[in-house]
Amino acid sequence: MPRARFLAVWFACFALLAGAAAGVLFAVHAALAPEQQLQFAQLLAAGGNILFVFGVILFVASGFLASGLTRSFLAPMRKLAESTRLIAAGNPAWRAEAEGPSEIRELALAVNALAERHETLTGGVAERIRQAHADLGDETNRLAALMSELASGVVVCTIEGRILLYNEHARQMFSAAGVPGFIGLGRSLFSLLDRHLVVHALDQLRYRLAQGDARPVSVFLASPGPSLLVRVRMAPVMGTASVDGRPLDPSGFLLLMDDVGGEVALYEQRDQLLEQLIQSARATLASIRMAAENLESFPQMGPDRQAQFAAIISAEAHRLTAHLERATREHSDLVRSLWSPEQMRAVDLVAIARRRIQEHLGLSTGTGELDESLWVNADSYSMAQALCFVVRRVADELAGRDVRFHVTASGRHARIDVEWAGNPAPGASAMAWETAPLISGGEASPLTLREVLGRHHAEAWCESDARIAGGRFRLLLPVTEPVRAFHTPAQPSRPEYYDFDLFSQPGPARDLDDRKLTELAYTAFDTETTGLEPAAGDEIISIGAVRMLNGRLLAAETFDRLVDPQRPISPASAKIHGISPAMLAGQPTLDKVLPAFHQFCEDTVLVGHNAAFDMRFLQLKEAATGVRFTQTVLDTLLLSAVLHRDLGEHQLEAIAGRFAVSVTGRHTALGDAMVTGEIFLRMIPLLAERGIVTLRQAREASQKTLHARIRY
Amino acid sequence: MGKRVLIAEDEPNIVTSLEFLMGQIGCEFQTAVNGEDALRAATDFRPDLMLLDIMLPLKSGFEVCQTVRANPALKDIKIIMLTAKGRETEVAKGLALGADAYITKPFATRELLDTVKRLLGG
Repeated sequence: MPRARFLAVWFACFALLAGAAAGVLFAVHAALAPEQQLQFAQLLAAGGNILFVFGVILFVASGFLASGLTRSFLAPMRKLAESTRLIAAGNPAWRAEAEGPSEIRELALAVNALAERHETLTGGVAERIRQAHADLGDETNRLAALMSELASGVVVCTIEGRILLYNEHARQMFSAAGVPGFIGLGRSLFSLLDRHLVVHALDQLRYRLAQGDARPVSVFLASPGPSLLVRVRMAPVMGTASVDGRPLDPSGFLLLMDDVGGEVALYEQRDQLLEQLIQSARATLASIRMAAENLESFPQMGPDRQAQFAAIISAEAHRLTAHLERATREHSDLVRSLWSPEQMRAVDLVAIARRRIQEHLGLSTGTGELDESLWVNADSYSMAQALCFVVRRVADELAGRDVRFHVTASGRHARIDVEWAGNPAPGASAMAWETAPLISGGEASPLTLREVLGRHHAEAWCESDARIAGGRFRLLLPVTEPVRAFHTPAQPSRPEYYDFDLFSQPGPARDLDDRKLTELAYTAFDTETTGLEPAAGDEIISIGAVRMLNGRLLAAETFDRLVDPQRPISPASAKIHGISPAMLAGQPTLDKVLPAFHQFCEDTVLVGHNAAFDMRFLQLKEAATGVRFTQTVLDTLLLSAVLHRDLGEHQLEAIAGRFAVSVTGRHTALGDAMVTGEIFLRMIPLLAERGIVTLRQAREASQKTLHARIRY
Repeated sequence: MGKRVLIAEDEPNIVTSLEFLMGQIGCEFQTAVNGEDALRAATDFRPDLMLLDIMLPLKSGFEVCQTVRANPALKDIKIIMLTAKGRETEVAKGLALGADAYITKPFATRELLDTVKRLLGG
């Protein structure tokens, strides 16, 4: 109960009582005859002391009266009002407490009855909304599934470069070591990719659109981190508003990204190999040539000289040979590991070929030995076409029957054998197959078997085998190691990787203060510490944070780091947060974590519970780390006091209970940050009811509350 | 040695050296500069050993090898394949098609002579 209000009631009571007393005296005075009036005045003057004592008693009595009034009427009324607001706009399951005089208790019961109906009704509406969401969810899940299945990273941005959508692959790509920025909805793409590169590509897209190209794509290479090289293909996202026949300006763009770091490194290695070979060849050839020309031009030279030059030629030739051998070996290793769009098990390639043979030739084929451990780089389409072609020739020309496939290992090659009973291939016909165009099942390919084999660095030939009374087509394909792939864990629920509402948002404004609370980006955060006294050397040991945007908590965009405090943890605090010294050993120190956190919450409003505590820790480190947190901070503790002055406790659990936010992971930094974020989102409509709509208003209301003793 | 060697090779400079070496170890030799010639000489000249380059005009060394091996009358001819590519798959293919040995260019004179002597000596 605010002191000012209590005083006001007190004075009102006093004024009322004193006024009443004065009124009685005046009425008595007026009713008397003139001489009696004089006596009455003398009487009053003589009893002035008694009158003063009476006044004091009146004052004290009115104090008790005011206190009783506020306690039994005003406070319950105000509590009832807050409860009613909470029911209406925050938590329909909340019920008012019946207290105070019977009239107010009855009112509370009536409010509760209304709340009951309201809850049932909103429950029905919520159920319908849930159903509608589920229907919409099907659509978006399909989109999300499509995105997550793509082998490339996908990012969709507004024309200003704010991220509207990304898939798991893109997230992992940009989470690689050394990438400075964070991927996140509403964040700027330019913290991940060079702005100039993106703007240049966008200009090219605009140019091509203006030239009448309906589907322009621009391609560029970008290096977001030290170990990452990405090939980016950019396509425009066109707006829906048409402008009198002129070509539309894109309202955003889509990026398809592939990690080509490995591939490019291999090409670089290959170039280097060639370079070295050329240099070495030039040097040795120079020696050989000079020695040979000397021998040729000066036949009169002595036998010693002749032997000397011959030895030079021989030695240099040996040197070149050795270099060539080495280069050949290295090159074949390079070619082997060159990235290919389709890396597959040799047995899967055979399965594809057998299906094709069944469909196109109506032939069922068998299998023998199948080594499932062999991986090959293969264009499965042309390779299956080639195998189908071979089987057709075998059937047509050699009356081959019982065609069987075998897959076995042979050194660094996978050996795919096609065996048949019947005539083995005569030498000439097997070689003719190699240069004939591949025709199978009416589909003519411009490729020949030789070309398909060449592309795969493969060799193939026919041989006869007496054991099977027939022939064999043997194909040797180089084996590969399965390439590194971004690990995509199965997602139990599709995370919020897209938010197309951002399309309609105004660009980032310099001054957030006058923006509505509903349209800001927030970072809810919490820290765990070694103790409660930053000034006494207590340190942060964990920072957890989650982003919020457009009224949604982005559960996929979190910051969760442990910090080595470089000092012991007090057993008392270890009991609260459950972090043991062993967990902190080897973790980065605060001067590494704080800049990352600073970037994570860039351009957002910070939200914390009892944020003053966390901010003290952060601000104490400003000098040491050079990282300053200058953004606005909203405190759910203070906002709760603004909203629910009389509903009691403002501890995180109590508030969570009022807003029906389930609490999990309490006393982990990320868990508490999540709860704080959920609570804050539910507070926004309640604040709006009190006319607190903009950030400035929320800030000012927080400062005005009784608890707002600490200024940030 | 008195053995007959067919040199199937289209690069004259190598041919010169090969002819010289075969003469040095006392072999009688003939030269074919393409695949067709080589096949004809295999029947007419009846060599004991062929030095067979893979990249021959008209018919590749693989084809020549396979055709010779398919002819029972020529089954005793030893075949040494010569290649400039030196890919493992090629070596595997050559040996599978019936070559007795395989030598990658550039090769040491000693290596070639040892292989020739080993095959002819047996």
